[in-house]
Amino acid sequence: MPATIWRHSPIFRPRSARPQGTTFGVSAFQINFGSSAIETAGDAPDVLVAMNPAALRVNVDALKPGGLIIADEGEFGARNLAKAGYESNPLEDGSLAKWQLVSFNISQLTMDAVKPFGLGNKEALRCKNMWTLGLALWMFDRDRGPIEEWLRTKFAKAPELAEANIAALNAGHAYGETAEIGGQIPQHHIEPAPAEPGLYRTVTGAEAISLGLVVGAQLAGLKMFFGGYPITPASAILHHLSRLKEYGVTTFQAEDEIAAIGSAIGASFAGSLGVTSSSGPGIALKAEAMGLAIMTELPLVIVNSQRGGPSTGLPTKTEQSDLYQAVYGRNGDAPMPVIAARSPADAFDCAIEACRIATQYMTPVMLLTDGYIANAAEPWKVPDMGRYQPFPVRFHDEAPAEGQPVNPYARDEKLARVWIKPGTPKLTHRIGGIEKNAGTGHIDYAPANHQKMTDIRAGKVAGVDIPDQEVTLGEAGGWLAVVGWGSTFGPIHQAVRRARGRGLDVSHVHIRHIWPLPGNLGDLLRRYKRVIVPEMNSGQLKTVLRDQYLVDARPVTKVSGQPFKISEIEAAIEEALA
Amino acid sequence: MNEMTKLTAKDFATDQEVRWCPGCGDYAVLKAVQRTMPELGVRPENVVFVSGIGCSSRFPYYMETYGFHTIHGRAPTFATGIKLANPELDVWIITGDGDALSIGGNHTMHILRRNLDCQILLFNNEIYGLTKGQYSPTSRVGTRSPSTPFGSVDRPASPCAFALGSGARFVARGIDVHKNLPDVFKAAHAHRGASFVEIYQNCIVYNDDVFAPFTAKENAGNQLWLKAGEPMLFAGGTKGIALDRDQLAVKVVEVEGGDWQTAGVLVHDPKNRSVAHMLVEMPLVGFPVALGVVYEDPAPTFESAVVEQNMQASAGKTPNLQALVSKGQSWEVTKEPHAI
Repeated sequence: MPATIWRHSPIFRPRSARPQGTTFGVSAFQINFGSSAIETAGDAPDVLVAMNPAALRVNVDALKPGGLIIADEGEFGARNLAKAGYESNPLEDGSLAKWQLVSFNISQLTMDAVKPFGLGNKEALRCKNMWTLGLALWMFDRDRGPIEEWLRTKFAKAPELAEANIAALNAGHAYGETAEIGGQIPQHHIEPAPAEPGLYRTVTGAEAISLGLVVGAQLAGLKMFFGGYPITPASAILHHLSRLKEYGVTTFQAEDEIAAIGSAIGASFAGSLGVTSSSGPGIALKAEAMGLAIMTELPLVIVNSQRGGPSTGLPTKTEQSDLYQAVYGRNGDAPMPVIAARSPADAFDCAIEACRIATQYMTPVMLLTDGYIANAAEPWKVPDMGRYQPFPVRFHDEAPAEGQPVNPYARDEKLARVWIKPGTPKLTHRIGGIEKNAGTGHIDYAPANHQKMTDIRAGKVAGVDIPDQEVTLGEAGGWLAVVGWGSTFGPIHQAVRRARGRGLDVSHVHIRHIWPLPGNLGDLLRRYKRVIVPEMNSGQLKTVLRDQYLVDARPVTKVSGQPFKISEIEAAIEEALA
Repeated sequence: MNEMTKLTAKDFATDQEVRWCPGCGDYAVLKAVQRTMPELGVRPENVVFVSGIGCSSRFPYYMETYGFHTIHGRAPTFATGIKLANPELDVWIITGDGDALSIGGNHTMHILRRNLDCQILLFNNEIYGLTKGQYSPTSRVGTRSPSTPFGSVDRPASPCAFALGSGARFVARGIDVHKNLPDVFKAAHAHRGASFVEIYQNCIVYNDDVFAPFTAKENAGNQLWLKAGEPMLFAGGTKGIALDRDQLAVKVVEVEGGDWQTAGVLVHDPKNRSVAHMLVEMPLVGFPVALGVVYEDPAPTFESAVVEQNMQASAGKTPNLQALVSKGQSWEVTKEPHAI
């Protein structure tokens, strides 16, 4: 695994005699840190801290695509920009789009933090290196203790300087925590370098999902309505979509999570594609409304950017523990298709697939992603839009024959009901959350009708056309299958590849369609002697697989808020084969 | 060829059996709405009734229009999505005191502050009827109910005061069985923006006659029907509402021989928000109940602002999916890079 390398300039006091603020005056150095030996010292860095425009200009090209820039926007005034030779502010003009940019006024934040120590302006500003280091330590989960000790030793003769620097360090650390910026920051990387020639760009999961939703709605021939409420780490989707209005997108920042989904369902009723997005706690609040979308059989896409739970849990840490919530988490028998993205780039196709299923089957669909996927950036081969098949929606507009009732619950061969937009003459009808008659949609409590409608709702979702499960790496049978879903794709794939390189009989099966599961999955899993399921939860997919197929799937679990290490999966493979 | 003139109340009634208790005030409101619709010049297919949960929320099933019976307290959220998706639709929200002010208080506040163009009919019976009689957020202190056998101890919310406080631009009141109710609906419909109408609705089973102090025939003198530009007179013109300038409050004054000017009776100005606040908060004892359009002062609607901004943001841009996905800094990979 590549070590995290981060380069910054000038974090400690610059020892350059060249004029500060010009590109000649930039002094920089690089810190490598990681839990394993650093194998790729020559690699481009992941993170660049730019304390002024000149530092940015000199170093930015070394940063790998999708890498993170942390900039002190307080230093990006006209004078410094001119000194560095910038004609416009790179923090604002979009020229850094290839990378992820996080900027705040580090100078001001530092001054505020060290105010109680009564330092002069110049001395106070020197503490901003420590402020930034504190932020970095938070981002990468490093201990502040050794730095504090070092500061106390270094400034033994000027304890107030030591304390000011420590205060700045702590303030930077606290900023990371309270501003929940960790969600914006890739803390590891898993995808191999692109292999195919072609046009590439960087994309975060949130961007890819937003683009996929826009494309999905266009392929369906619909306007999109997005109802959202701010929550880490899902807000980025609302931010992206709110800039894409020319694609028929209306975004609505609702008063709460329930209003977000309620408005999306209302928009679907009115003939748009309703979309909402949140993270675990918000998804919990939306559960009742999801039941209504299932009951009224309206298309809806619900994106869940999973984070550590339960309750508020670990907002900035990644976890996959909402699988039960997605598949089972509603009152009543309330089946709903669930898709899980494995990477930022994969999220694009998953979002389109969610739109397709939602509109073709008149059902809510949940798209699972997680904090890592949502905010990590990776190189993405720009897709050729000509290769995406449209799936146009046809609204029902034929009036029934004289004296015949309107049948909003008439179905096609896929069991999808007709979609009738308000505004269509002679088709006025009422829908709602009370059990309804199989044809007219009128309230109907009859026992046989409820049985029938429950069976139809289940049958419709079970019959969603999804591709057969393929073996991601390895053979369709053998000693061991490592079954994964979501963002564990990277470490599992690498671990299986390494194990196979050592001659072990192990294959990787990565599941995208969590519900319904691929039709051939049970047969496929039974062809392996052993099945292990690494998940960042306490064994949720494992339980579903056992339930569905009576296979002896064994859990490999991790819920530390950290992604799996390849070595951990490798150890699990060794153990399963022992 | 004008088909609209042909529509009658019957055209707005469904074939569904109405399932409220015999004698429920909801029947009267339903009839009033069905009678009003033909006069509004609307086509049934352009009308959507949206409701939450509660006795009144069954309303959409009885209207031959589009209808959505949603979940408890959340009707305003669905209505917002419907109206934003298709601003041409004529959206009516049917709700109750529990639905709008307890479980859905948050949404009521926000739809009013945003000023979504819709009519909100709040059926206030001061009780939870559907769940068999628990006290509600509008029940008066001391209400005995299955959940408050010794009487409720919390103070009630005033729907119209809540609406004004939330920024509503149209606030009106009516009584379920009163002949003026259709006029209140017409005014609500004519207003562009969120029109909030509180309807005093009698629950014959769990809270019978709770409004009798002003709705009973013999107490009709306690009704103050407001009309723009006319003096605030009630009790057959023998009493009026005047301003107590020292207290900055309203007071009841006697009117001798119709000389309301001398008595200092206020002339109703629906745009006067301060007086509106005083009118909706008049206590039940010693004051009449203000009815009709208490406050109306139009402001731009939410959906029109959203549409306008969407248009401005899209102006001059040609949607192109290939360009969209290729956006940002990109680079060409020409040869196979080494694997990590």
